[in-house]
Amino acid sequence: MGLGARAGHLLLIGLLVSIFGGLALAVLSLPSESPGLSAQVEAAMADTGVTHPVTAVLLDFRGYDTLLEMVVLLLALASVWSLAEGSPFADRRPGTMLDRLSRLYAPLMVMVAGYLLWAGSASSGGAFQAGTVLGAAGVVLTLTGWRLPIALAGWPLRLILVSGVLVFILVGLVSLFFGAVWLDYPLEWSGALILLIEAIASLSIGATLAALFLGGRPEEHP
Amino acid sequence: MTPAVFYALTGLGLFVLGLHALIVHAHLLRKILAFNVMGSGVFLVLAGLAGRTPSGIPDPVPHAMVITGIVVAVAATALALSLMLRVAGATGSARLPDETER
Repeated sequence: MGLGARAGHLLLIGLLVSIFGGLALAVLSLPSESPGLSAQVEAAMADTGVTHPVTAVLLDFRGYDTLLEMVVLLLALASVWSLAEGSPFADRRPGTMLDRLSRLYAPLMVMVAGYLLWAGSASSGGAFQAGTVLGAAGVVLTLTGWRLPIALAGWPLRLILVSGVLVFILVGLVSLFFGAVWLDYPLEWSGALILLIEAIASLSIGATLAALFLGGRPEEHP
Repeated sequence: MTPAVFYALTGLGLFVLGLHALIVHAHLLRKILAFNVMGSGVFLVLAGLAGRTPSGIPDPVPHAMVITGIVVAVAATALALSLMLRVAGATGSARLPDETER
């Protein structure tokens, strides 16, 4: 590293420290107590059919936002599929230990995902957490050499990938039809509809994350 | 110092550390990792500052945003990694050309 580069690095560190200082001043000048939107969420909880505020915000109050975020996941997968040339793990043989452990872990992770999904309506948990655990199970299986059967890698996989967004939009259209407001679920069905969306969405999020890890379209790499 | 402010300041620290690594390192994998550290810092600021409610139960709105944000960040990282693999395939190296070595 030359003298100029070293001086430049010192200048950079100085700049970053002043950025940190400015941001820290902004944080410290915030009021120490701020209810945010908790009161509004608390007041509207009765209209949602779920008892956990984060799930209510995610699937009800900000449902449109969550729907579009799932579309972003699909967009990322479409981009990866159009870029990647295949999985770099194609010919790996896992060791005995990894093989046995992954056989043990994969069903356990599916069970944990199911629990997280169910817990989401009343406590911490929900579609994104369950989907992430499912995706991790897919990654573990991929690392140990498991591949999706060719028969499932075509349209059945794509159906699972888009099913979350599809069900979300369908529920939105149904609520538009019955209640005249987009994504405003009818009160008596609200809890069940949110659970339905979450169940399908976690499956589709999990499949998307596992497919993102695999890289490349699966049916081209038997 | 309340826990909320402590978390927020830690998040700011992570953000600035990540920003430093993003600028300094020429290897694309390190840049992607640095970007993830920056993102984690932002999530920590959001989730930490949501805890400043009088009741002690955190504001659910930032928490819901962070949850979707984490999953979207994972997807964006996967996209960045496959872009990096394409760069490595096309140029033979996943490292950006260093200005001082030209």
